[in-house]
Amino acid sequence: MSSTSPSPLHLAVALDGTGWHPASWREPVARPRDLFTAAYWADLVAEAERGLLDFVTFEDGLGLQSSHYGELDGRTDQVRGRLDAVLIAARIAPLTSHIGLVPTVVSTHTEPFHISKAIATLDYVSTGRAGLRVQLSARPHEADHFGRRTFEPISLESLRTEAGQERLSEHFDEAADYIEVVRRLWDSWEDDAEIRDIATGRFVDRDKLHYIDFEGRHFSVKGPSITPRPPQGQPVVSSLAHQTIPYRLVARATDVGYVTPHDTDDARAIVAEIRAEQQTAGRADELLHIFGDLVVFLDDDEATAVARRERLDALAGQPYTSDARIFTGTPAQLADLLQELQATGLTGFRLRPAVAGHDLPAITQGLVPELQRRGAFRQAYEADTLRGLLGLARPANRYAAAAATA
Amino acid sequence: MSKPLKQIHLAAHFPGVNNTTVWSDPAAGSHIEFSSFAKFARTAERAKFDFLFLAEGLRLREQGGKIYDLDVVGRPDTFTILAALAAVTEHLGLTGTINSTFNEPYEVARQFASLDHLSDGRAAWNVVTSWDAFTGENFRRGGFLPQDERYSRAKEFLATTQELFDSWHGDEVVADRASGTFLSDAKAGAFVHQGQHFDIQGQFNVPRSPQGRPVIFQAGDSDEGREFAASSADAIFSRYSTLGEGQAFYTDVKSRLAKYGRRSDQLLILPAATFVLGDTDAEAEDLAKEVRRQQVSGATAIKHLEFVWNRDLSSYDPDGPLPDVDPDVSENHISKGRAQVRMYRDPLATAREWRERAEANGWSIRDLVIETGNRQAFIGSPSTVAKTINDFVQADASDGFILVPHITPTGLDPFADKVVPLLQEQGVFRTEYEGPTLRDHLGLAHPDDVREERAAS
Ligand SMILES: Cc1cc2nc3c(=O)[nH]c(=O)nc-3n(C[C@H](O)[C@H](O)[C@H](O)COP(=O)(O)O)c2cc1C
Repeated sequence: MSSTSPSPLHLAVALDGTGWHPASWREPVARPRDLFTAAYWADLVAEAERGLLDFVTFEDGLGLQSSHYGELDGRTDQVRGRLDAVLIAARIAPLTSHIGLVPTVVSTHTEPFHISKAIATLDYVSTGRAGLRVQLSARPHEADHFGRRTFEPISLESLRTEAGQERLSEHFDEAADYIEVVRRLWDSWEDDAEIRDIATGRFVDRDKLHYIDFEGRHFSVKGPSITPRPPQGQPVVSSLAHQTIPYRLVARATDVGYVTPHDTDDARAIVAEIRAEQQTAGRADELLHIFGDLVVFLDDDEATAVARRERLDALAGQPYTSDARIFTGTPAQLADLLQELQATGLTGFRLRPAVAGHDLPAITQGLVPELQRRGAFRQAYEADTLRGLLGLARPANRYAAAAATA
Repeated sequence: MSKPLKQIHLAAHFPGVNNTTVWSDPAAGSHIEFSSFAKFARTAERAKFDFLFLAEGLRLREQGGKIYDLDVVGRPDTFTILAALAAVTEHLGLTGTINSTFNEPYEVARQFASLDHLSDGRAAWNVVTSWDAFTGENFRRGGFLPQDERYSRAKEFLATTQELFDSWHGDEVVADRASGTFLSDAKAGAFVHQGQHFDIQGQFNVPRSPQGRPVIFQAGDSDEGREFAASSADAIFSRYSTLGEGQAFYTDVKSRLAKYGRRSDQLLILPAATFVLGDTDAEAEDLAKEVRRQQVSGATAIKHLEFVWNRDLSSYDPDGPLPDVDPDVSENHISKGRAQVRMYRDPLATAREWRERAEANGWSIRDLVIETGNRQAFIGSPSTVAKTINDFVQADASDGFILVPHITPTGLDPFADKVVPLLQEQGVFRTEYEGPTLRDHLGLAHPDDVREERAAS
């Protein structure tokens, strides 16, 4: 590989409320009272699109936010409440034209049939820019919102025990089945199923519609979808992973995995583990992106960024911690770090702005021009679909292929 | 002084999976591309319609064990397409049909509350109760619900979502930077619901939306369905668009309101209505006949007859006489995934009557199906159609209509351009939207005002 021109990296931004720092809503640039309006999200995504980012993700959940993993915290000093992420993405789609839209979907309590057609529809309304980020919920209080299953109390510590790992495995197996159903349903219509054949009076060629006949431990789904195959064929599937079991899901079932390396050695080890799992899953020849997640505090000089972080921590009453590495510094320093991490095999990054109203423009107006100067980021959108931006070809339909060889 | 004129409510049903929609017409566009939906919605908004309406079916329809391929097949996800349409319209109400059997209250309440926020108060929910195991095969819980429990679940489902919508009062998000108070109440969204169908508790995570709750529609026709509407709905989507049937339905349903302590203006009756316009009445009649021939191809006629006969009639010639064999009166097994089937409650009598009429008029199977079904509700010149619609509404056959055009997406344009101005001239239809929300368009009170009214009395 030529050393003069670095291979371009991919950049996404993770949107969550007013930003990832719990005191972000108290910043003067934050718009906490607008969180439940379309205009707020439209403005953020428009900024991300001006920065030529590959996509934005939208966080979501089936319960109130909490500072504890497994239970509600009863706090009133942080942002609580949110709108459905798929619907935010759909509301923004007609207002944007290039950026990918990737809402979070909780697989544990929702119907794969509903979600498959929702994301297919997001792909229609965005003309090929839809993805989803699959997240599971093992939280007992969220299970109580549905009343169909009861989950034992859970904490991050308990998940590290053997029983915890077994439980995690089960949840991830269910998520894998869920993704399999969602994907089969997207393929359950061949692209040319609609024929409008006036001579025979047939609108569709039903030989090109397929039952998916999925039967798993947690659910079975017949199909076909009620929504035709979406423009991208298969919208982009992604998920966040911190350890072996979720790495396996990333390797088996997704197009983009988000990981949280804390240094280059860590990144190298994670990439190696996922690539090995990818091989085991028989997907070695498929493009699978591995994005590093980073929380970012970005300012023109490092001292300002540090001071801002300290000010926010003081407001929050404690130092901010995260599953992801927290970067505090200048766009040039961040560009250095991203390129260093990229050399370990990461193909892109999902940045979590500490304060959306500050750090998102700092990414699009500071980091992006810096990476462009280095030849490491696009100068213009080179494709109209999210798969196109990520270098993923439009996939053949699994059922069409089967029919052709039969 | 005579009674003041009623204001007419008008809505537009996006054409699609039904045999009203003529997909074979050269003017027929995509039923799935967003551009079609946006075009249709903008026409409805230009015409100052109350709302756009989407039907839903959660399994592709089958007949004789095979996917039914003669009508439009395929539709978008209801919530997702409505959220996108909120971006290209400003006032138009957005009504989605969402099933109470194959969903869970917490999720549906989040979706409607989110849609209401994202549209600034324009969301409505048509609660339908299809329960069949055939559709259930697409869902986690499968066909778990017996038919006679469909309304008990629907009622409890709706009541539960109302509890969730009401679990936030609207003043909790204070976001006071100085004191660091985001929420004024740590218990915002708290709920407990214990019932026959749902046993759930916790905290709802969407703050109260502009309309408080989405507007509720109901479309069931059985006695239970009508009772459900009278107790809980803001509007009914009915199938009775003729004067006589409309008046009978209107009287029946409105008379059920009193026992729930509700007034007649708190439940709107909005039948589905098809239309064909021409420069003259005669031209419209000719056009209407042509449209009906387009809607009922020979193949469609045979399939339609199978609903009544409950048998495979594929060997019959649509241009020939009706079958001699009688309908199979055992349980319906020919057609799956559509509500229409149970319209023929006595198939033997229907078959007998149809044979007599076909013989008397010299009709083929196709002629018979064209003549007996699907005559458009309003046929005529713009002035005839405007007058008829107004007469029907003033005569209490309905409070307005949900128009079902037969061409996607331009079928609404002639109505918007030619009929709406006449209704406006007569002073029975708005010339501007008076408020931002769908409740404003429909003249329905905000739930908080109703609560205050109750508390005061
Ligand atoms: C005019 C009309 C339109 C309907 N549209 C739908 C629909 O789009 N989706 C659906 O699942 N059911 C639809 N239904 C079915 C009903 O909502 C209801 O669930 C079903 O008819 C069973 O209830 P019932 O026995 O009271 O009629 C419709 C019914 C009527 C009368």
